[in-house]
Parts: sequence; structure tokens; C-alpha cells
Amino acid sequence: MSEAPLLRTPLYDLHVSLDARIVPFAGYEMPVQYPTGILTEHNWTRASAGLFDVSHMGQCFIVGPDFATAAAAMERIVPADIAGLAPGQQRYSQLLGGEGGILDDLMITRSAYKGYEGWLYVVLNASRKDHDFAHIAKHLPEGVALRRGDGMALIALQGPKAEAVLAKYASEVRDIEFMHYGAVSIDGIQAHVSRSGYTGEDGFEISIDNKDASRLWQLLLADPLVKPIGLGARDSLRLEAGLCLYGHDIDETTSPVEAGLVWSIGKRRRTEGGFIGSARVLRELAEGPGRKRVGIRPEGRAPARDGTIVTDAGGHRIGVITSGGFGPTANGPIAMGYVEAAFAAPGTAVQLIVRDKPMPARVAAMPFVPHHYKR
Amino acid sequence: MKYTKDHEWIKVEGDTATIGITNHAQEQLGDVVFVELPAIGKKVVKGGEAAVVESVKAASEVYAPVTGEVVAVNKELEGDPALVNRGAETDGWFMKVRLKDKSELDDLMDKAAYDKFVAA
Repeated sequence: MSEAPLLRTPLYDLHVSLDARIVPFAGYEMPVQYPTGILTEHNWTRASAGLFDVSHMGQCFIVGPDFATAAAAMERIVPADIAGLAPGQQRYSQLLGGEGGILDDLMITRSAYKGYEGWLYVVLNASRKDHDFAHIAKHLPEGVALRRGDGMALIALQGPKAEAVLAKYASEVRDIEFMHYGAVSIDGIQAHVSRSGYTGEDGFEISIDNKDASRLWQLLLADPLVKPIGLGARDSLRLEAGLCLYGHDIDETTSPVEAGLVWSIGKRRRTEGGFIGSARVLRELAEGPGRKRVGIRPEGRAPARDGTIVTDAGGHRIGVITSGGFGPTANGPIAMGYVEAAFAAPGTAVQLIVRDKPMPARVAAMPFVPHHYKR
Repeated sequence: MKYTKDHEWIKVEGDTATIGITNHAQEQLGDVVFVELPAIGKKVVKGGEAAVVESVKAASEVYAPVTGEVVAVNKELEGDPALVNRGAETDGWFMKVRLKDKSELDDLMDKAAYDKFVAA
């Protein structure tokens, strides 16, 4: 590990004042939980509205002379259909290496601002941002540039009450559709608000200037429907929602096809290719991947953690768990991982080797908890 | 009651010791969602692994503070692992062990020493 000092988001002091337990994460000192604990935070987000500081994530802009040029440049780097984005529309995608492995996953949004038609807004993982910025910049053609958003904070408000809370300050957020964004003024704070998140719930991700982060955080937290949520519950929420965590469920060895992310590859692009890593993706689309990311439900109460070996009924190794823990809403242990394609059908009986003992489990459809996106 | 540096507590009555994790340990773990207890009759060794406690985040080992034979386990924890959070040093006990050698208790900490250890 590098010896670089840990960074802090603009909200660090507020986390400390809320008695958060602070842990190192992706080079930052981040709140893993507040005093009420992960279970309470998880359940609160599913029932009301949770507030997350995700300012550690990387934000940047891809700036071209016009949308078509910026989109074409980005389509070389990611497999998603970028040219087909409407103004203000957002897509999930991945950065792929030349061999088709996933270098990171990211969100890409087409600008809807007048005068910024050639801009794409990108959010990617904190742990990968320096790598990603360099990778993207290296592959952009002349005339298209990457601008880091280092002075920007990001706050997520997630849960069934998120819309009601935010609409008290900006009623127009009611009209923002899932996977779209709008420019909104929240009590005078200029914000880019996207209807997206990492919990499976309806909610928003709010990008603001660093200088406004504390005020927006306190404003939203003052609402009795809102509680602060740490990284611990963020992880259990996204696992129940079946969403990938980079470095665990996807990495440089896994492809988007193996990871079950084909839905995020544009239809046109599945036939045309033309993106970095497309040879493997197109081959796996044609032939089927050798292994697949699946949900797995242990049959007992014991969680199976990241790294747990998966075997068939006869004890032969067929895969590995990449994320696993306890799902508070699922009310039991849940996991995801990779298994050989022949074992990927939901309902398939497998065994998990937990503390050297085989534990019965079944391949399960994901999400473990239904999504509640506002579509 | 005596305490270990691994945050177990032990309470001895006659030749039987009740063992659990400390309140400090449960606070650090957070919400307990699963406890794996040893089989009755299992021989545990001082400092060896005796049980596993899992929070939402992670699995942690519970070490035996003494050597002996497991004579009882807290069945309540199977259906209600959060009992560890609500009563770590009372109803949330893990197991009872028949002691092999009482002198093993000598190097464990008393409450004052443990509190000092945790504070440091």
C-alpha cells in the first residue's frame, strides 16, 4: 500500500461531530457507520431516506466541441451507447482494458446545459480515479479533453422518502426521471441532481461545489425523515440490490459479459464493437462466457464472505464468492460470485466452503431485494 | 469475572466457566447477525479458536480463555444473535467449559485491568 496520507472529504468534520466511526477507504478517511449501527442505517434507507457522503468518488467532464464528437470519443473507451443519450440522460458503463477486463465501472451523463453541449459528466470509483483519469485522457482524441472535477462534492439521498425530502427545496426534482439529471437550486445551492444511486431504492445523487457541501448536508440532515448512512450500510444495500462493487465483483480479470452487465452494452455496440476490449466482449457474446456472476443464498444463517470457495455437490471447485454478508432486508445471508456457466441457473444447488466445512447454498436470482426505482 | 486481551470474559463457578465476548467487543463489532458455537464435548485450548461471531461487516474469531471441555452452549444465540449486542456480558454468553487447570485463570485481567487495557 502507498504511504500517502489519507484524504478527507469536505464533510469529514461533520462525520466526526456525528460520532461516526471513521475508517480508511480508497485513500480517504470515511464514515463506515454512525452510532446507531449498520442494521439501523440499512433499514432506515429502505424505509425513509438515507444521506451518504460519496464525495470521495471521482468526478470529471469529457469536453468536446459538440456532443457527437464527445460521444464518439467516449464510445471508443466504453461499450455503452453514448451517442444515443438524450440531453440530461445517464448511463452505467465500464472502462475496459485491451483484453476486455474491467478497469472500473462508471456513470456517464450527457450535458443538458446550454453552451455545454459537448460535455459529458462522468462519475467513477474513488479507488480508481487517478488510474481512470489517466486512462481516459490517454485514449481521447485531439480536440476532446478530460477535466477533473476535484473541487466537487457528491452527496446521495436514497430511499422511498428521498423525493419528498428534496422536493421541499426543489419541487422540480419530482420530474427528473430515473437515470437522468437536472440543474436544481436547493436553498440557493446550485446542484446537478441525478436520479440514480447504489441502493436499489429511488433517490438522488447530488453534485455540488465543495464549498456548499456542509450546508447542503446539514440542510438535508435537519429533516426528520433523513439520517446519515455510512459505508457499511452502503455495502449491504448495494449487495441486496445485486450491484457490483469494483475490486470485488468486477475487476481486470472479469469481462462485462461474465459479470452479467450485457444490459449496459448498447445493442448497436454489441454488433459493431469498436471499443477497447471489444474482441473479448463480442466473442463472449457469441459463444457465451465460461463463467457467470450469480447471486447465491446460503441455506443456513452463516454468511459466506468474499473469497469463499464454491463447489458442486461433489466437492469440485466451480467458483468463488466475491461479495457476501448479511442482508438485513433479505433477512439472511446473501452473496454474489462467479460460477462456471453450467452452474449459473437460479436454483442450482452448490456448496460454500466456510471455515473448512461445506455449507449448502443455492444460486439465486438477483436482486435479492426488488429495486424501487422511479421509472 | 476475568478478561482476555482478545476481549473475551470468563466467569468461574466451581469447575465450570461461562465464556462470552465483552461489551467493548460487541460495540466494536456492531450488529451481530450470526454466531457459530462449538459442539458440546469439544475440547478447547487456551488461546485456541472456540467460536465465530459475525457482524454485518465481518467474521471474527472468539478464542477460549482457558483449556477445557465444552459442556453447554447458548442456544438462544442461534435464533437471536443480536442478544450478544443487548447483553454481551449477561444473557449473550457463548459457552460453558469444564476447566482443566484453574491456574490458567491467573494471567487473565480483572475488570480494572481490562478497562485500562481497552482505554489504552
